[in-house]
Parts: sequence; C-alpha cells; structure tokens
Amino acid sequence: MRKNKLGVVSKIYLALIFLFLYIPIGVMIFMSFNSGRNVTVWKGFSLKWYDALFKSKELMSALGNTLLIAVLASLLATVLGTAAAIGIQNFKNKPRAVIQNISNLPIISPDIVMGVSLMLLFSFLGVLFHFQMGFVTVLLSHICFCVPFVVLNVTPRLRRMDRNIYDAALDLGCNQWQAFYKVVLHELSPGIFSGMLISFTYSMDDVVITHFTRGVKFHNLSTRIFEMLRKEVRPTVNALSALLFVTILLILVLINVYERRAEKRAAKR
Amino acid sequence: MKKIISLLLTAALAGTAAVSLSGCGASESKADAGEVNVYTWGEYMALGQDEGIANVVEQFEKETNIKVNLTTYDTNEELYSKLTQSNDSYDIVVPSDYMIGKMIKEGQLKEINYKNIPNYQYIDERFKKLPCDPEGKYTVCYTWGVTAIVYDKNKVKNKPTDWDALWDKNLKGQILMFNNSRDAMGIAMQQCGIDPSNCNKADIDKAVVKLREQKPLLKKYVMDQVFNEMEGGQAAIASYYAGDIAMMMEENEDLDYCLPVNGSNLFYDAMCIPKSSQNTENAEKFINFMQKPEIAAENCKYLRYGTPNTKATDYLDDDIKNSELTFPPKEYVDKCYVFKNLSDDVYAYMQEQFVKVQAE
Amino acid sequence: MKSKKLSIPYILWMLVFTMIPIVMIGLTAFRDKSGAFSPEPMMKAFGTEYRGVLLHSLWIALLSTAICLLLAYPVAYLLTRMKPSTQNTVQLIIMIPMWMNFLLRIYAWKILLQKDGALDMALSLLGIHGTYIGNTAAVVVGMVYEYLPFMVLPIFTVMSKIDGNLIEAAQDLGSNDFAVFRKVIFPLSIPGVISGITMVFVPSASTFLVAEHLGGIDDKMIGDVIDQIFLTDQNVGSALSMILMILILVFLIIMNLFGDEEAIA
Repeated sequence: MRKNKLGVVSKIYLALIFLFLYIPIGVMIFMSFNSGRNVTVWKGFSLKWYDALFKSKELMSALGNTLLIAVLASLLATVLGTAAAIGIQNFKNKPRAVIQNISNLPIISPDIVMGVSLMLLFSFLGVLFHFQMGFVTVLLSHICFCVPFVVLNVTPRLRRMDRNIYDAALDLGCNQWQAFYKVVLHELSPGIFSGMLISFTYSMDDVVITHFTRGVKFHNLSTRIFEMLRKEVRPTVNALSALLFVTILLILVLINVYERRAEKRAAKR
Repeated sequence: MKKIISLLLTAALAGTAAVSLSGCGASESKADAGEVNVYTWGEYMALGQDEGIANVVEQFEKETNIKVNLTTYDTNEELYSKLTQSNDSYDIVVPSDYMIGKMIKEGQLKEINYKNIPNYQYIDERFKKLPCDPEGKYTVCYTWGVTAIVYDKNKVKNKPTDWDALWDKNLKGQILMFNNSRDAMGIAMQQCGIDPSNCNKADIDKAVVKLREQKPLLKKYVMDQVFNEMEGGQAAIASYYAGDIAMMMEENEDLDYCLPVNGSNLFYDAMCIPKSSQNTENAEKFINFMQKPEIAAENCKYLRYGTPNTKATDYLDDDIKNSELTFPPKEYVDKCYVFKNLSDDVYAYMQEQFVKVQAE
Repeated sequence: MKSKKLSIPYILWMLVFTMIPIVMIGLTAFRDKSGAFSPEPMMKAFGTEYRGVLLHSLWIALLSTAICLLLAYPVAYLLTRMKPSTQNTVQLIIMIPMWMNFLLRIYAWKILLQKDGALDMALSLLGIHGTYIGNTAAVVVGMVYEYLPFMVLPIFTVMSKIDGNLIEAAQDLGSNDFAVFRKVIFPLSIPGVISGITMVFVPSASTFLVAEHLGGIDDKMIGDVIDQIFLTDQNVGSALSMILMILILVFLIIMNLFGDEEAIA
C-alpha cells in the first residue's frame, strides 16, 4: 500500500480521537492532586493521596497480582489460542464451524454469567479435589476469556495466508518446525500480537469474573478498586491511575527513543 | 510492535517479581501464627483511610502475628450467596439482624465460646441477646444504628420530617433511594401503614405500588454511591444509614439530617463465625481484639455507627458521643422496627418485585 | 501445519471451562429452588417486566457499536497509511487508556460529565448550561470509550494484511482513491469489521456498572438486573442469562448473513 502523508483533515480527525481518549484521563489525574476526600469537589492542591498510595500494602500487592495475572494469562492464552487456530483450520467445514462456535461462547456470554458459572465449576471441583479458589482459579478464568480473542484474531490472518509458502519452505530444506517458526508464525504475527495485546488488556481490565473466582485471599487492582468504589472513591485511586499512566507512557517514550537511535545507527553503517 | 510488546511484558514481569519477592520476605520474617479470613461490609473498619484514622487490622496483625485476609461485600444477600454457593471458607462474617436469623435457622453459624472473648463483658446487655439471636449464642454485636434522611439545605427548602419527603414532587430528579430491597420496601411499607419488620406478599404488592409512584421522581437507586452524590452536591435528598450521614455531613457543610418522626429501621450488625471456619481460635482473637474499648472507639470514630461497647465511649469525643446519628436516643429507638427473617419464598418475591420496579 | 492435533489441548480446555459451566447454567435455568425440573424460572424471565430492560440494553449496545464502528474505521484506515514506526506509536496511544482499569474509566467520565464537573464548567463559560450525566447518551459515550480500541484493532489487523498489489492493480486500471477504497479495501476489511462488532456489541449489551454510574433512573441494563437477581434467585438469573445469550447469538447470526466471511458462525 502507498504510504502517503496524511492530509490535514485526517490529522485533525486523529487528534480529536486522541482528545476523546485522553481528556477523561487528564481530568482524573488532575483530581488526584485534590486535598479533599471527595473526587468530585476541588478543595486545593495536595500530594497526600500519593503518600497514602505508597503506604498502602494492599494496593501495591494488588498491583503486582494484576500484572502477574495479565502477563501469564495473555502468554498462555496466546500459545493455546494460536495452536488451536492452526489446528482448527485443518478440520472440515462443519466440525470447524462447531468448534469455532464453542470457542466464541465466552465472548458472547455476559461476564456475569461466566463469572458465576466458573465459580460454580470451581466450587464443585474444589469440593472434589480439596482446593480453594485463589490465584490459580483467577488465572484459569482469565485464560478462558482471553483464548477466544487470540483465536478470533489469528484466524482471519490464517485464512489469508498462502499455504504454498509453508510447502515451499519445506521444499527448500526447512524441517517442519523451522518452516512453522519461520513462515507460519511470521505470517501470523500481527494477528498473534493483537490477540495477545487484547488478552493482556482484557485481563488488566476484568472486574466481574475475577470478583467471582478469586476466593477469599486473592486480590488484584480491579477487585480492590471495585471495593473502594462501593463506599466512596478516594483520590488514592486517581493517584494510582496517574502513576500507572505515567509509567506506561515513560516506557513507551524510552522504547521509541531507543528504536530511533537503533535506526540511525543502522543507517550510518 | 513485537519489540515494544515484549519489552513491556518484560518490564511488567520484572516489576511483579520485585513485588512478590518483597512480599515473601515480609511474611517469612515474622513468626507465622496462621491467618484469619474476614468477610465484612465495604470500609467497615478503621484501616488508616485518612489522616487521624488508626489502622486496627494492622495493629491486630502486629500484636498477634495473625495475617488478616479482608474481603468485603455490599449486601447481606451477597454475603449469603457467597457463603452458601462457593466452598470458600471464611472465619468471620458480619451479617445484619435478619440475615443472622436466617443463618442460625439454617445452621450455618458456629456457637461462639465466649470464654475466649473476655472483652465480651463490655458489651451492653441489650446487645447481648439480640432479637435474631435470643439466646445469645452466635453473635458479638459490632455496630448498630438506624436509617435516616440526609438532605442538602440549599436544595430542600422545607425541613423534612418524615419519609414522605422522598416522594416530594418539587424535588423531581434529585432524590436518591436505597438500592436494596429490604430497606427500600421497608420505607415504602411504612408509608402504607404496614409494619415492615415482618411482611407477606400482599404487603409487598402494596409497597411496590408506592415505589412505582416514587420512581419517576428519583435520580437513582444507590447504595454507597450516595457518598459521592451527596457530598458532591449532585442530589438533594437521600435515605441512608445514620452513621454514614454523619460522615457525609463532615465533608459537605450544606448537608443536614432528619430522623423520620414515625421511626425507621433499627439494625444490628454482629460478628459471627460460620460453620466452615478453619481458624476458629484466630477468629475469636480477632473478635476479642475488635471489642477492646480503645479499638472499638477507633472503629466508631471512623464509621460513626453506634458501638455496643460500653467502655468505648470513654475514648470518644463529646461530639461523637452526643451525636444522634451515631447513638440514636432511646425515645427514638423505641419507635423503630427491626427486620425479621422472612421465609425464602417471601424474600425471593420481595427481591424479584424490587428488581422489576427498577426494570420497568 | 496440516495437523489437527494442535487444537486438541484447546478442545479439551473448552470442554471443561466453557461447555460444562454453560451446561450448569442451562440446567439451573430449568430448575426450581428445590432442584427439581421446572419451567417456572424461564416463564418469569420472559415476563413483561424484563422485556423493556432487554430491549433498552440491546438498543444501547447497538448504538454504541455503530458509533464505535464509525469512529474506528477511519482510524484503522489511516493507520494502514502510516510508517510502521508511527503505526506502533498510534496503536499504543489508542491502547494505553485501556490499561487503566475499566472502573476507573467510567469514573473518569463521571467526573467529567457530572453537575459542576469539567464539561459543565467549560461550557457554562460559553453560556451553555445543561445536564450531561444521568441519561442514555452518557451511557453510550461511556460504552464507546470503554470499547473503541476493540473495534480499531481487528479492523486494522485485517486491513494491514490486504495485498498491496491488489491496490496497485486497481490504481493502474484507473481507479481513483475512493474507488480503490470502495472496491478493494472495504470488501476485504469486512472480516475485521465483524470481529470488531462482536468484540464491542457483546460486552456493551451485557456489561453492568456503566449504566449504574453514568445513566439515569431509566437506564437500567440487563447486566445490572442479572447481577442483582442472581443474589437471591439463581434460577431466574440463569434463565435471564440464557435469554440474553440467545438474543446476542441471534444478532450475531443475522449480522453474519451480511458478511460473506464466517468470522463468527
């Protein structure tokens, strides 16, 4: 495709979309410096909520749990889902449609239904095998709702992929794994990565399913925030989002700078 | 994209490893005396939420080396469904009166060995044998209080005197009502002249008519969102628990309260030990700790709900001690009603009708 | 590559974590409190009271999905016309808000839209007064905000895979930019659009808390109702969930009749 420079209208459009995405976050960050207890009424500048945030063991360990679950769930879901998408593609039309439909069930079932049904399942299994819900059941549940997204993102790529490339790679002396790795995965990578990205995001984001499957001791950010929002939101939550936001932004900028430099170095050579 | 993502993931993993490692270090350093799983209402203990508020759970952990796993619920029904439908085991729950009755009846609570809770002596006699636990075997009362009206003086011109203020057409779109069937139906029944403590399906049908009449006037059905709504001046009038109203009034000077002239709901929340508890001794220690007079006082200072602990008042400031919202006067309490346990059938009907009113 | 074996772990997985729980819910929807078979929960769930909520939820979801599609499609298209490094940056800019919690994003909108909130103050400087929260529009805005990236990403993924030669061929044959878009890019992007619609429609039809925080008294959604009723009556809750799932399924099947690719069914 031609990589044209974008026109003025396009740029304005993108700018508006970015504004839509970031104004609420800007306001939220602004309110994290509020000295009042209520997030809706401005009462003057203060950093006390940041102080409270760092002192809160609960929120810090919840943050760790959120990241750990999101990373593990998205990685495992990506492996499971990519393999599944490739395998499913080799079924005949009818069984393939059946499998795909079942695979999509978690996407089309409301979170609340999934949460409750998984809770019923885990409680049932828990009685049988003497375990209680916690980290592992939350991880399993997250993988459950992540895999379909990976399958859904990989499948269109797979369908557009020219199978002959794989055979060509075999003819050219690759073994099956090499051919798979160098050709198939390479071809699928945009789908795989958007699947993984979506999984990671959904996992970071989920409230309801975690709430039902976390048992007694496990907490992540969502469940902590859920509990905080019930009573009254304190600006600690805003402070937390501000820090999360700034961290993600910093990492992004650093990577961009790093890549630019790498490009320049490559150009010099 | 690939590179960015993998770097992001690595960063995330590194951060997590650091957090979990430090977590391990902390737990190994102290002699482990087990844990206690507490399932309670949201923000129902002083946990250092703001300057000047103690963290009673941290103090308990320091003193006993018992780790507290705190989980919260929003309604008695949520507590009940978690307790009965999952195999999670909790060591302490804090249900309200009618739910305690239901749990006792269904044999879900353990009898408490009061010998292990010496601070039980400080509990006022009238809270030792609650109507829901007439023999006083299963409960250690934690808080008590009434429901009341909170309103914004700038928006409500005539000082409200009774629940009918929540049906005031002049306040259309600015009224908040309980989003919980028992409390909402209770208020509606009072308006119909029915005793809400114990009701049948016909009573519920009458209350539903009253609630339908009210719905077009409401801004929303809320529970704890009421704090942000009232403190932020987003609504004019609301029904809520008196202790919470005291907290709201501290944040927003325009707010005032009213105890309805014809009485309101009197409730007791008590700590109980479910049958499924696996750390009963720790649970008893926790309950005992929470009834230390100075600890009960800290919780009362934060919550503004009445404490049944007679010695705790020694540690409270006069303005809390004398607050009608925290300690409703005896003459008022006498006018109030206590919810009794309804049969499953009637209770499910009530819940269903309430959801329907909202759904229409 | 040609082997079906790769999908075996997932098929087993689905059996345990998808099929069994759904069967459990299905069975619950046809039982009474005592556990005996009974059509009563289903009859209750089909009652007139819930019909309004169901329709309103589907309406909100439909609106949100349509707006998401309108906003996202140009973004995805513009993305394909950028340099790869810019593509990465822009994609991440779109994703970052999603990495802040779902609940926090609703709250951000609440702070923005409420009475005396940021929007109210800004517009009243211009002499415009109004209420921006507590209505269906606020709920839709919240939904669009929550799910917009899930529309952009799948469309972009599919679009970026379109063979550049096809476009060049069309151009060589005298097509202008618009004709290229209409004849080549749009038809080939349909599978992505269908994925996107699925990813936005389903959660916005079933989610809860959004309407509770941003909507008014009449903006009750089916997710909120199911959440509430599950606490006291699992059977009716399950029945309502089943109905919701079936309605969503029907919607997706109808939608698939329009797209020739079988992204869902």
